[in-house]
Amino acid sequence: MRTITYRDALREAIAEEMRRNDRVYIMGEDIAGYGGTYAVTKGLFEEFGEKRVKDTPLAEEIIIGTAIGSAIGGLRPIAELMTMNFSLLASDLIINSAAKFRYMFGGQPSIPMVIRMPGGGGAQRGAQHSQMLESMFAHIPGLKLVMPATPYDAKGMLKSAIRDEDPILFVEHELLYSVKGEVPDEGEEYTVPLNRGIVRREGKDVTLVTFSRMMHICLQAAEELAKEGIEAEVIDLRSIRPIDLDLVLESLRKTNRVVVAEEGWKYYGTGQGIAALIYEHGFDWLDAPIGHVTGKDVPMPYSKSLEQLALPARNDVIAAVKAIVPQPAGAR
Amino acid sequence: MAKALHTHPQAREGDDNSIGSLVDAHGLLTPEAERDAAVSDDQLRELYRMMVICRRLDQEGLNLQRQGELGLWGPYVGHEAAQVGAALAMESTDWIFPYYRDFAMAVCRGIDPGNILTIFRGLTHGAWNPYEYRFAPFIIPVGTQVPHAVGFAVGCKFDHEQTAVLVGFGEGATSTGDWHEAMNFAGVFQAPVVFLCENNQWAISVPVEEQIAGRIVDRAAGYGFPGVRVDGTDVLTVYAVVRAAAQHARQGHGPVLVESVAYRLQAHTTSDDPTRYRTDADLDPWKGSDKDPIERCAERLRQRNAYDDTFAVAVAQEAEERASAMRQTLVAARPPHPESVFDLVFANPPASLMRERDEFTSSLEQGGAE
Repeated sequence: MRTITYRDALREAIAEEMRRNDRVYIMGEDIAGYGGTYAVTKGLFEEFGEKRVKDTPLAEEIIIGTAIGSAIGGLRPIAELMTMNFSLLASDLIINSAAKFRYMFGGQPSIPMVIRMPGGGGAQRGAQHSQMLESMFAHIPGLKLVMPATPYDAKGMLKSAIRDEDPILFVEHELLYSVKGEVPDEGEEYTVPLNRGIVRREGKDVTLVTFSRMMHICLQAAEELAKEGIEAEVIDLRSIRPIDLDLVLESLRKTNRVVVAEEGWKYYGTGQGIAALIYEHGFDWLDAPIGHVTGKDVPMPYSKSLEQLALPARNDVIAAVKAIVPQPAGAR
Repeated sequence: MAKALHTHPQAREGDDNSIGSLVDAHGLLTPEAERDAAVSDDQLRELYRMMVICRRLDQEGLNLQRQGELGLWGPYVGHEAAQVGAALAMESTDWIFPYYRDFAMAVCRGIDPGNILTIFRGLTHGAWNPYEYRFAPFIIPVGTQVPHAVGFAVGCKFDHEQTAVLVGFGEGATSTGDWHEAMNFAGVFQAPVVFLCENNQWAISVPVEEQIAGRIVDRAAGYGFPGVRVDGTDVLTVYAVVRAAAQHARQGHGPVLVESVAYRLQAHTTSDDPTRYRTDADLDPWKGSDKDPIERCAERLRQRNAYDDTFAVAVAQEAEERASAMRQTLVAARPPHPESVFDLVFANPPASLMRERDEFTSSLEQGGAE
């Protein structure tokens, strides 16, 4: 397998699906000739033209409204929002229209729509442009929300999302776009399901449940922990909604200890939701309280040094694990 | 920057006054436009007939609500010309995206009124298949159908379809961000949309002068396409103008805003009491036969010698029968099965939802939900 970036993997998924189905089109701000703020759509305008690669005015609500309306009409829109922060502007149409039409109106119309957007911090974008807001949307019945962490998943899940009949929020991360990983050769068809997590690293002592960029930090933490004799299993959820709870519980039955690690905030968020599900369905298997690693409970600082302090890091994961895992025999 | 300003194309259709020139300063079809529109006597009689039927259905809806058969009713008396005129002006291949008050439009599209009423009885959100009637669901959140309609119209252009999209909304909706963003998109993408503002001058208790500075119709120019303000109590005007606007859109000339001015003669819905914010004196100017859509249409028919008692009695009789049939369909409607609460959230529901459904089903079997 070759190695490509997350960004290129996304672009390949879009291009392959647009070649495969002429009902698929993409729109957003600066995505056509400019190629996208994060260069994900570079070259698509040249191949598919302005009809299928549409630059839009700067108005998130109607970008999503247009996606919904054209989906009602039988198209399969991909809407790119420059960042997840701007999804707030479109949240009424996402939550009150896209998520509900199938249910409210007897299964007709369905809204086969993908909203692509990067969330998260670490690139010094300031408090209003660095947020992880997935839990707001993952809360809503009728929406699916995925957060792939690797180029392989980015491509395979985006292809699945474009083919899906329901509205899907596809949350990327600015600091993942240049991450490289193995992806099958172009033209070698594969997809990744939208409802399955994956074990990234096997271990017997503790389960790290994580997703998106935080998954890479957890893997690094697991390597460090291994040096001290603690074997952490790392589960990359990939899909936040629906969540692959069975995979988490299966791991719990082996390790009896869980740390949930996420970049977002602690209160009322994704991690607490996961922890509550584990307590509800796996309490008897737990030998320790669930650990929870999150970003600091503050708006994202702008200063580089403060931002790094606010983001959860490898050492936070290691500390959370050590707080609930007995020190291995022979360790100091 | 200066270069960009100079090279930016000027507003295209905003300067086009071909639609606006159909009406005079009072918003009524000019004699020339009326001649060109060539609306036949039969067509005008059909407009009359549907207005009479729809007003009777509106009254029946109000009665049913007061008798406890409906949870809510949103009267549309005073809107008959706007709704019937606009709906019948659209081709059957066109689409309509209504707002919650556009009941008469739905009836004009052939949807069974008794089925529509199941919405107001609280049995379902949507009572018809939108694709069967090319009529989107009633939208309750104010203004959000406008982005949907523009998106749908953008899709029509994608397919080079000769389809126009009519979207209905009240004047209150024009204050929302959705509306302005959708108007801008429609202008930029030259989407084949007819924006129909049913300006009834009241958004619940807020009068139009507290809702909007300036005129709604003038906003179209700001978005680069034509706007026309019509007398919303004259069905012939509404019909001819919307028909021309739809043709304009279908031919690829972009959107048109039609502001239809009438008056909300009844409450916003049955859950509000208009005597708390307006007086009988406010209504008086709108109560005369010169402002009544049905009376005005009858007068136009008389002028054409196309109206007589036999016709009027037959229409009134049909309206009675339709109202009775609507009532019967409504009261025969059954509530949905409890298990259906889990249906249709997703095309392929996740395992967690199926588990929840199964638990619920077994609790039903044990009598748990009784």
